[in-house]
Formats: sequence, C-alpha cells, structure tokens
Amino acid sequence: MKRPEPLEIFQPTSVREASDIFRRNGPGGFFLAGGTDLVIAIKEKGLVPRYVVDLKRIPSLSGIRENLDGTLVIGALTTMREVETSPLVRKKYPFLAQSAAEVGSIQIRNRATIGGNMANATPSADVAPALLVLDARVGISGPGGENVLPLEEFFVGPGKTVMRQGEILTELILPPPPAGLRGEYIKFSPREMMDLAYVGVAVSLALEGKEKRCRHVRIALGAVSPTPMRARKAEAFLLDQMLSEKIAERAGEEASRECKPISDVRSSAEYRREMVRVNTKRALLNTAANGSGQVSWLERRERRY
Amino acid sequence: MKKKNEITLNGKSITLDVPPHRLLLDLLRDEIGLTGTKEGCGTGDCGACTVFLNGKPVNSCLILSGELDGAEIVTIEGLKIGPELHPIQRAFIQDGGAQCGYCTPGMLMMSKALLDENPNPTEEEIRFALSGNLCRCTGYVKIVQAVQDAAAELRRLGAGTS
Repeated sequence: MKRPEPLEIFQPTSVREASDIFRRNGPGGFFLAGGTDLVIAIKEKGLVPRYVVDLKRIPSLSGIRENLDGTLVIGALTTMREVETSPLVRKKYPFLAQSAAEVGSIQIRNRATIGGNMANATPSADVAPALLVLDARVGISGPGGENVLPLEEFFVGPGKTVMRQGEILTELILPPPPAGLRGEYIKFSPREMMDLAYVGVAVSLALEGKEKRCRHVRIALGAVSPTPMRARKAEAFLLDQMLSEKIAERAGEEASRECKPISDVRSSAEYRREMVRVNTKRALLNTAANGSGQVSWLERRERRY
Repeated sequence: MKKKNEITLNGKSITLDVPPHRLLLDLLRDEIGLTGTKEGCGTGDCGACTVFLNGKPVNSCLILSGELDGAEIVTIEGLKIGPELHPIQRAFIQDGGAQCGYCTPGMLMMSKALLDENPNPTEEEIRFALSGNLCRCTGYVKIVQAVQDAAAELRRLGAGTS
C-alpha cells in the first residue's frame, strides 16, 4: 500500500465548471465523490492521478426528492448512509434502503455515494440489483450535453460504464412504481457485514389477490455476470403466474440458468449459480409473504439462511 | 501547491498549510501530533482511524487534506469532557473493553456516534453500529457490554440534569 503522490484538487461548485476543468487540464484527472473507491485505487491499485475534481461542493448533485407524479430522484452525491436512513426511501422502497445498508460500514457509508458506486461499476455492487428492479435511469452530464438512460445500459463491463472522459453521473431517477410494489434484496455473503456479495438477488413484485398473481415482476442479479443484470427469462416465466412455492422454485432455476458467474477467490461459478437458484426463490417468497413494512436488520439476517 | 485549510479541530480553529494529497490520518498523526487515531489497515476496513468529520464518523485513512476546507473534525483526543474521561471511556476501562488498545479509539468514537443518535441501543444495534470496527483481542463481548453500561450511565446522567 502506498500513500498518494502529490496532486492538485479542484473543487468546482457547478457541473459545468467540473466539466470545464477536465477540458482545460487534459488527461490524468479523476472525479472524486466519497473517495472510498478512488483513494483505495490510489493506495492499492497503482492509480496516480495528476489532478482530482472534488464533486462534493456542487449542491445540485445532492439530495433525494419525490416529484408530484411519484418519481424519486436521488442525487449522485447522496451518501449511502443518506439513502439507508432517508425516511422517504425507507417508506417508498425499504429494500433499496436496506441494500444501501449492506455496503461496508457506517464510516464508509457516511462517505461513499450512490453515484460514485454506480460509476465504479463493480458487478457485485449491492444497490445495483435493487435499482435495476426499480427500473432506475441515470442522468449523465458532460461536454456533449445531458443524457438519460436505463441503468442496465449504463454498465458495460466490470468496472466499465458508457461514460466518457469528463462526463459526470448526476442523478438516479426511479419512475413511479406500480401500485402495491414490494421487493427484497438478498446479499449472499459469508460475513454479516463488511463483505462483498458472492451473489446478490433483488426482486420487485406487484401481486394481485389472494392467489398472488404476478402482475409486475422484476428480478436482478449481482456478482454473477460482468455487470449487474436483469433475469429476464425468469421474469417472463413468472409474469401472470400465481406465486406458489413451486413457481418460485422454477423461477429460481430459470434465473440460475441465465446468469453468467465466474469462479474467483470468493466462490466457484457452480456455487454462485446454485446460490442464485436458492436466493431467487427465497427473495420471491419473502416478498410475497411480507407486508410492505421495514424489516429489521436482525430479521434480514435470519431470513437469509 | 499547498492548500490553505481553515478547519475546526476538537473545538479549536486552526489554519493548516498542507499539500492536498496528504491523508487526513497522516495530517492528524504526523503534522499535528494527535496520535490517538490509529492506522490499522489503510483501506477503510478496520475502523481504527475513525474520526468525526462534520459530525459524522468516517475513516480518516480515506480522506485527502485537500477536501477539508471548512471542516469540523473531532478526534479521540476530543472525547474527554474537560479533564474528565467521557463515561464511554470509563465504561471501557471498567468492563475490560480494551486489551491492547489499538482498536479502542475507533471503538470509542463509533460508540459515541451511536449513543448520540440512539441512547438505548439493543445488542444488535450496537453490533451493527460497530460493524466497521475490528478488534483482534477481545472477541467484542466486553466492548458490547461497555457500550451498554455507558448508555445506561449516560441515560442516568441525562435524567439527573433535567
């Protein structure tokens, strides 16, 4: 591990100014949000920025707000801790708040930002599957102007996004949910905290009637493909089905077939595939059984195993 | 390329003149001489470097000095109340919550952050709050007990002043 080498830090107060700094200073510049990825990359992965553009003084990049139509907009520089504790997020999408709570420690979450996490594009990022099952879109701002695209299209590979030099992820946009939407995120990892997901499964469902017919279904997987992914075949299988244990089990099998896990230091591909099968079924059944209320941390732990 | 930093450190205003690339942890320990904050891992995994930044507990090993202008920082040295140990510190001593002491400053800071927000935490809540603070000596049992006893003492003191 090495200490950072001398570098220059700029602290713009607008997105425009931030982009201009990149244009003027040329290569060797990196955006700094919470620093929990960038500073580690400097210390452990040989990154040597010539300059760093600190985005934390740009007011428009922070904050969580709900529009009149029910759209939720989360500024990119919102910290994980803010997402975790936001009364708005906890009420509207409790499993999104919970997925943010799975990241690192409170100390990390007080600095790590949701936008920085997405821009880092780790396949196992915990909030990504939750955002995917909420049909999240990302707002990007850059020299070429502004753009909005689905989060699913934002990731292109491990650690890689569509963003070009000088472009900034400005916000996450969650469209109004279908009535009665509920969901769950399961982080499958051996440690209770401070771990990366070996497998991540998020589901969101709108179920109708006592027979629990799936009128809306989304399933997203983390850590089992080059990018966080939707399990579309499993979704298609489930749509309009009655969510029984048997059906949930078959959906799990479908999801397990469509993921593309690798073997690495944490886990074998075969085990990950099997855990997708198990945890997809579990997440579906948990969601169907729950009210829409908050689940305590302890309950979350128990329900995983 | 030095950057002027006006910060408040343990209640005192100071102007720092340091290169922006210096880590906050090194600034505290090497430039200012406050060695209570420890480096356990350097990667934000162990919590030994925990300080309060603008009221929030963070890992000082991952913060660059150049980000600090205007910041309010509290370190373990700022936990005492005048000449007196903070009740959390007394509880750790009384209950055997510290062995080698290396994780202890971080544990105390994080415990304070928890009790400031939640004066009556359950054991689960204590363990959740301390998830980012690793201890290789104690097995955490006495640490949790110390936080519970400190919480009770703080509630008792709070009741006494109303």
